[in-house]
Amino acid sequence: MIVNKETIFNLALQNKRLDQRNLEEYRRPIVIETNISKTAEGSARVQIGKTVILAGVKLSIEKTYNDTPDEGGIMVNAELTPLSSPEYEPGPPGMYAIELARVIDRGIREAKTINLKKLCLEPGEKAWFVSIDLITVNDDGNLFDAAGLAALAALKSARFPVHDPATGVIDYKNKTDQPLPLVKEPLPVTVYKIRDSLMIDPTKEEEKAYEARLTAAMDEKGIISALQKGGEAPLSLEFVSKMLDLAAEKSKFLREQLEQALKR
Amino acid sequence: MAYTQRIDGRKVDELRPMEAKVGMIPNADGSAYFKIGNTIAYAAVYGPRELYPRFLQNPKTGILRCHYNMMPFSGSGERIRPGNKRRAQEISMVMNNALSLVLDLTAFPNSVVDVFVELPQTDAGTRCAAISAASIALADAGIPMKDMVSSVAVGQVDGTVVADLSYGEESYPAIVSDIPVAILNNTKEICLLQMDGEISKESLIKALELAQTATAQIYDLQIKALKEKYRVEK
Repeated sequence: MIVNKETIFNLALQNKRLDQRNLEEYRRPIVIETNISKTAEGSARVQIGKTVILAGVKLSIEKTYNDTPDEGGIMVNAELTPLSSPEYEPGPPGMYAIELARVIDRGIREAKTINLKKLCLEPGEKAWFVSIDLITVNDDGNLFDAAGLAALAALKSARFPVHDPATGVIDYKNKTDQPLPLVKEPLPVTVYKIRDSLMIDPTKEEEKAYEARLTAAMDEKGIISALQKGGEAPLSLEFVSKMLDLAAEKSKFLREQLEQALKR
Repeated sequence: MAYTQRIDGRKVDELRPMEAKVGMIPNADGSAYFKIGNTIAYAAVYGPRELYPRFLQNPKTGILRCHYNMMPFSGSGERIRPGNKRRAQEISMVMNNALSLVLDLTAFPNSVVDVFVELPQTDAGTRCAAISAASIALADAGIPMKDMVSSVAVGQVDGTVVADLSYGEESYPAIVSDIPVAILNNTKEICLLQMDGEISKESLIKALELAQTATAQIYDLQIKALKEKYRVEK
């Protein structure tokens, strides 16, 4: 279906969308599954509508950084695979993949989600490092929110592999029952501005029509740990405030979805 | 010490449990999920679409391009750094050779059919799973095909010829040969054949005969999965 921006604009003015949702509604189903990859230490698959993304956590022991000798580290990488959309091509990550990885990284890092000091094995020498890879399977819009959910679900499901402290050898085939030292649980929500309306969870089609977007990662208490404004239009302070209120409400909603899914 | 009891208790000609689904990537023109044991492959087909850069175009026929990739967390050991690797490039090439044989793209000059395979979890036999998945996805995309390609690894573990080696068998501490094979189902001809390890010619022929019966089981599953999606309601 070919729809021009104007159609999406005009529908938004009447609080309507192409798929009959209201502007502040997530697509259904929202499916969150964990442990979808046995080779990862933690993993998750998140589906929001037709958008599907996988997250995998790998743990390794590395030399500590000089400026943080008593801490481990985290790394987030995102790949917009050509498998997931006709618009993506093979090759090194493009600008959008880098932005996605960095926004998710900041949300997790700045909230101090993981107690990095507890990852240290030998100060100044060795510590656990956490790599989070986000891989798109079908991109139908709103990758930020889906990726944030997948990253957190994968972190929550991760278990340390068995390792020999004497030799430093990791037995990746066997996991302990020890989870990551998670302190907070930030989730990003992206709010889109179309004319004077706010919209969340756009499809790929709708994503092409927005004027500005704001991604905010928030923890369970509503404390903001990362922000990213995108799009061409500027935002008034009044709008930023409204967008953050909506993000706070929706991050609660996503958190409930995650908790329900993990209970099962 | 002969290898009489397989590590996971399977019979010598028994494949690991398999699962196939069609059409789980709505953006793609065709897609498939194929699982064998702990190896999982997602395949998506895009095309026929115009081929760029233009100097690659062939005015007589469309071409096939396969891309194989293991996700960074899919290996049995450390994280796999993303990026183009020689191994992935070679596997993409042999997949291309195997699958090109069954396609007729003469109706789509100057175009390309792209096949992307991504593996979220692996335990040996990844190129075979990739080919079996890609073959289903190509059929789902409605690309003209003369046949279905089904693929499995066979080999010899410490003197015993077996089908569908697991990672534990590939790395068994004895003489092991690992032979990925892809078969055209109508003619039973071989369209992919590689090997590493050591094997005698007699055992190799025996292993290839086993590959023919083993791939027949994969073929049945591929067809079943496609029929599930394209079932005619009566």
